[in-house]
Amino acid sequence: MIAQALTRRRERRVLPGFGLSLGISLTFVSLVLLLPLTSLVGQLSQLSWSQYWFLITDPRLLASYTVTLLAAAVAALSNAVFGLLMAWVLVRYEFPGKRLVDALMDLPFALPTAVAGITLATLYSSNGWIGRLLEPLGISVSYTWVGIALAMAFTSIPFVVRTVQPVLEDLPAEVDEAAMTLGASDGLAFRRVILPYLWPALVTGTGLAFVRSLGEFGAVIFIAGGKPYETEITSLMIFVKLQEYDYAGASAVASIVLATSLALLLAINLWQGRFIKRLHGGRG
Amino acid sequence: MIRIGDAPRVRRLLIGVALALTVLFLLLPLVAIFAQALMSGIDVYWQNLSNAYTLSAIGLTLLVAVITVPVNLVFGVFLAWLVTRFEFPGRRLLQTLIDIPFAVSPVVAGLVYLLLYGRNGWLGGWLDAHDIQIMFAWPGIVLVTLFVTCPFVARELIPLMQAQGSREEEAAVTLGASGWTIFRRVTLPNIRHALLYGVILTNARAVGEFGAVSVVAGAIRGETNTLPLQVEQLYQDYNTVGAFTSASLLALLALLTLAAKAALEWRAARRETAT
Repeated sequence: MIAQALTRRRERRVLPGFGLSLGISLTFVSLVLLLPLTSLVGQLSQLSWSQYWFLITDPRLLASYTVTLLAAAVAALSNAVFGLLMAWVLVRYEFPGKRLVDALMDLPFALPTAVAGITLATLYSSNGWIGRLLEPLGISVSYTWVGIALAMAFTSIPFVVRTVQPVLEDLPAEVDEAAMTLGASDGLAFRRVILPYLWPALVTGTGLAFVRSLGEFGAVIFIAGGKPYETEITSLMIFVKLQEYDYAGASAVASIVLATSLALLLAINLWQGRFIKRLHGGRG
Repeated sequence: MIRIGDAPRVRRLLIGVALALTVLFLLLPLVAIFAQALMSGIDVYWQNLSNAYTLSAIGLTLLVAVITVPVNLVFGVFLAWLVTRFEFPGRRLLQTLIDIPFAVSPVVAGLVYLLLYGRNGWLGGWLDAHDIQIMFAWPGIVLVTLFVTCPFVARELIPLMQAQGSREEEAAVTLGASGWTIFRRVTLPNIRHALLYGVILTNARAVGEFGAVSVVAGAIRGETNTLPLQVEQLYQDYNTVGAFTSASLLALLALLTLAAKAALEWRAARRETAT
């Protein structure tokens, strides 16, 4: 039946290369993505429910969920504010060095996470450039959840900036002109006119930053220090279990991480899809 | 025309805060990498750089990039052609599947490969019997890097090719052009920049991947060390200058990546204003 459906559809196909590109894509996706992911399912199927439940509710692991979620939430929210400010400044104002600042926004994606990790750990250590200034104030960043949040925030900087920036660029000039001529103050006009317009992009960017932060590993482990129950993130727990050759435990934790990120990604895609539909529906 | 936030006081304040934060959170770390690497002088820097372990880490990193970038380039182009030029059942599913590496923690990526090819894995016994070493050797590093970087080219091409539509290619078909000719003469000139950008991103990630690679590498010094792994190892050994020396190479590559991206965007903007 599938073959029939395929031939029926083929009649409408004008361009060549359907078979070849389908073959290559499916082979690649099966070998590189699906086959390894099935091995995770295979490993998990050897566990009973109670064993699985026991593995994923280990107290040390539960503490790592809390630290990871909390730090990722703080990182994502800080990025929402920072990203909105940067997008606004880069779109609306002209100033010397603007092109350089714009290019720097992508640094966290271009810089390998391990490099970001050792750099932040060095900067914020008690004798580092920034850590030295914070220590007399009683603020310690290294080996605390604040450091974890900082590292997560660094690696996910581009998400909010780069999703909000194009939307802000497309905002028609009449919109804020209208608000201003009606006598609204800057703050009110921004909150009531601009923010609702940017909202979908802002939520999408913040969501992506959150997902990325949950999974971040290389940038976080150096500044976190990995104290059990305090500064262990969930990705690190998988790593620790692997070093102990506890494949079942590692797989159980991995399944939680995988399910959470996929669910979040799906939610973000649905949210984005609805927003795009509304936008086009409004226009047509 | 008055726009929101155009008052000089507001503008100066916002620009000032934005610049201060950019310097603190982005520029300062970048400067720190090079400052730390050169802390003991340029001679020590050169010594660390020309050390046999560093050279072999550079070699392995290049090998990984040289294999993964072309493979993902070919896959990305075929996948983008498939999902933007044809309607078929499962098209959306395929697009969602290639997003998985974006969402998954790199450690999980490493783990699933370990489960598949490792000693106790599904293929492990067979590989062992035939004396093929994949895990804790360079093929494993190449495989996880393929996994981690496979979405980049396709993700750059798909929105562009969808927006451009297939009218030009269909016209070429009616003129009797072959598939390869259509791609080379009609499609490729239109997607050139996006393709290049996808390749740059793939390369940056392939060279810099750490989490996934550290699971499958086993880090035998001078054998399965890529540059990011070496950075970690030296740092854990309290050899800060050595770690930042290798890190500075990766940071230089990151700067090149940013420059290439800026150049591509600048050219695209200039072409847009020209037409």
